[in-house]
Amino acid sequence: MAVLNLVQAINQGLQQALAEDDRVLVFGEDVAANGGVFRVTENLHQEFGEKRVFDTPLAESGIVGMAVGLAAYGLRPVAEIQFVGFTYAAMDQIYTHAARIRARSRGRFTCPLVIRSPYGGGIKAPELHEASCEAFFCHMPGIKVVVPSTPQNAKGLLLAAIADPDPVIYLEPTRLYRLLKEEVPEEPYLTPLGKARIAREGERVTILAWGSMLEVVLRAAADYDVEIVDLQTLSPFDRETILASVRKTGRVLIVQEAPKTCGFGAELAATIAEEEIMSLKAPIRRVTGYDVVAPLPLLENYNLPSLERIRAALDDLLRY
Amino acid sequence: MPRATIASFQIERLEILGPQGEVDAELLPDLSDSQFLRLYELLVLTRLADERALNLQREGRLGTFPSSLGQEAAQVGSGFALKSQDWVFPSFRELGVFLCLDYPLSSYYRYWAGDERGLLCPPELNIFPINIAVGTHLLHAAGVALGARYRQEMLVAVPYLGDGGTSKGDFYEALNMAGVYQLPLVAICQNNQWAISVSRQHQTAAQTLAQKAVACGIRGIQVDGNDVLAVYQATREALERARNGGGPTLIECETCRMSDHTTADDARRYRDPAELERWQARDPLLRMQRFLESRGLWVASEQAEREAALKQSVDEAVVAAEAVEPPQVADMFTYTCAELSSRQRQQLKEAEDGRT
Repeated sequence: MAVLNLVQAINQGLQQALAEDDRVLVFGEDVAANGGVFRVTENLHQEFGEKRVFDTPLAESGIVGMAVGLAAYGLRPVAEIQFVGFTYAAMDQIYTHAARIRARSRGRFTCPLVIRSPYGGGIKAPELHEASCEAFFCHMPGIKVVVPSTPQNAKGLLLAAIADPDPVIYLEPTRLYRLLKEEVPEEPYLTPLGKARIAREGERVTILAWGSMLEVVLRAAADYDVEIVDLQTLSPFDRETILASVRKTGRVLIVQEAPKTCGFGAELAATIAEEEIMSLKAPIRRVTGYDVVAPLPLLENYNLPSLERIRAALDDLLRY
Repeated sequence: MPRATIASFQIERLEILGPQGEVDAELLPDLSDSQFLRLYELLVLTRLADERALNLQREGRLGTFPSSLGQEAAQVGSGFALKSQDWVFPSFRELGVFLCLDYPLSSYYRYWAGDERGLLCPPELNIFPINIAVGTHLLHAAGVALGARYRQEMLVAVPYLGDGGTSKGDFYEALNMAGVYQLPLVAICQNNQWAISVSRQHQTAAQTLAQKAVACGIRGIQVDGNDVLAVYQATREALERARNGGGPTLIECETCRMSDHTTADDARRYRDPAELERWQARDPLLRMQRFLESRGLWVASEQAEREAALKQSVDEAVVAAEAVEPPQVADMFTYTCAELSSRQRQQLKEAEDGRT
């Protein structure tokens, strides 16, 4: 097995999807000769040619709208939006069409498309290049939302997203792109959507996290007896695995990079309160980004959940 | 030469049928007498089915309905030129196009009565579901056109929009994509002068809507949208060009919405009745009728019988639409995604049990 970083693992997944299935098309801004601004699509244009891997005009709504048509026509478009902050221009296409075509056409037309996008903070980039807007996509039935956290699940989740019969938003934690390396199986494999992963087993607290927060949580909780659940898919989320862990530990810490109010963690907290409150020994705690406009690099570290804030929350929970 | 004209453009307008039914013989499409008659029949059928929908709405048997009154030629002329393999992307005021393609009128009525099943397109047709979000669906046509070229299928993607739709960003993004990739796409714009209460003059400072194609490097043409023969001819030419790799076209059909925007609107609040009188003189049905009469294809005494047969088919569609069993609660879930999550399965059970 080769040791790959996240970029290489996703690139390998795309390469294998293109090689296996001639319905797969990869497109977006700068994805062809340039290989994507983060090089995630490197060499794919050269290998598969202009018909399979191509650049688009600079038009995010256009990219997603065209992908909707391609998918309904029977192909498997994998569109890249250069940074997730630019998907706002395509929200109409995602909400109004990608999510609804199956229902609107009573199943005659479906929308098996994947929208890949670099997501999240911690890379010292300009405004709108570090958005954590996963919750927007989770509020729209008909769309799946996937966030890998390691090179291994990045590849498996990508291939599962491409194989899925419905639209999938695949959010790539930009900070992890070249930070993590691990052995990744060479052959294609699927990491099932809708399933969480126990990143670390433990007894006293359940920590729920996804994407780049996994790496932070693993470091923060290194000296604590905690169970760390990597959600992997946010919508639909793996209620059973989460609730089983809560039953086991009785304490819950949710760590998310996005602002607190109406963040995805709120849905998790509500679900646990609704379905497993009798197992709780302590209030549910959330460590999140603040309810502020995401700051530029000089203030960024004050906003992102830190090791200190996570440890303080764990200490607080363990006092109960 | 510090200042020079480096590009200039012209916009063509096509008219074939005069107000009294006279035609420019050189421009007349090479259709048979029975095809001319069929065109007229489809115009009449569209008007009758539309009228019937308005009556059903007043009786509470349909929901809010957007009438096609006055726009029959733009719809029938373009719809008649389509081939069954073409993909159509309607907006919400294309009754005549649906009828040209033999889409079941009963399904069309059911949709406007609030039943999603009315949009289930028969397998032999490729009509995308009615699109309410103005102008956004041209991109889907671009995607299908791109896919068709990839698969080397000889189809054309044909989105319909209105004058309001040309103000949307997605309209431009789609035509721009169509230009860049030289896609087999023909966009039919029914410029009916009104986007609810906002007039064509307030929609854009551009002299024509057809010229919006110019900025995308694609062909644009304006046609007399109340001239069914001109609309047919322009559409047929554009489809042939697209099918043969000649790239996309935007066709502006200049017509007028003679009705309110929908049954929920009252155009008397914002529109001068004199405008309707002017357009009334250009009524698309009357012009085609005069043309047929001049060729000995239309006889006044036969009109009532023809209309009765068409009305009969409309009546049958109404009966068929209202005979359908109501949808199941489960349908809400069935068509949201291919496989339900555990939470959705639980919600479905709650909905079916009538619990909260």
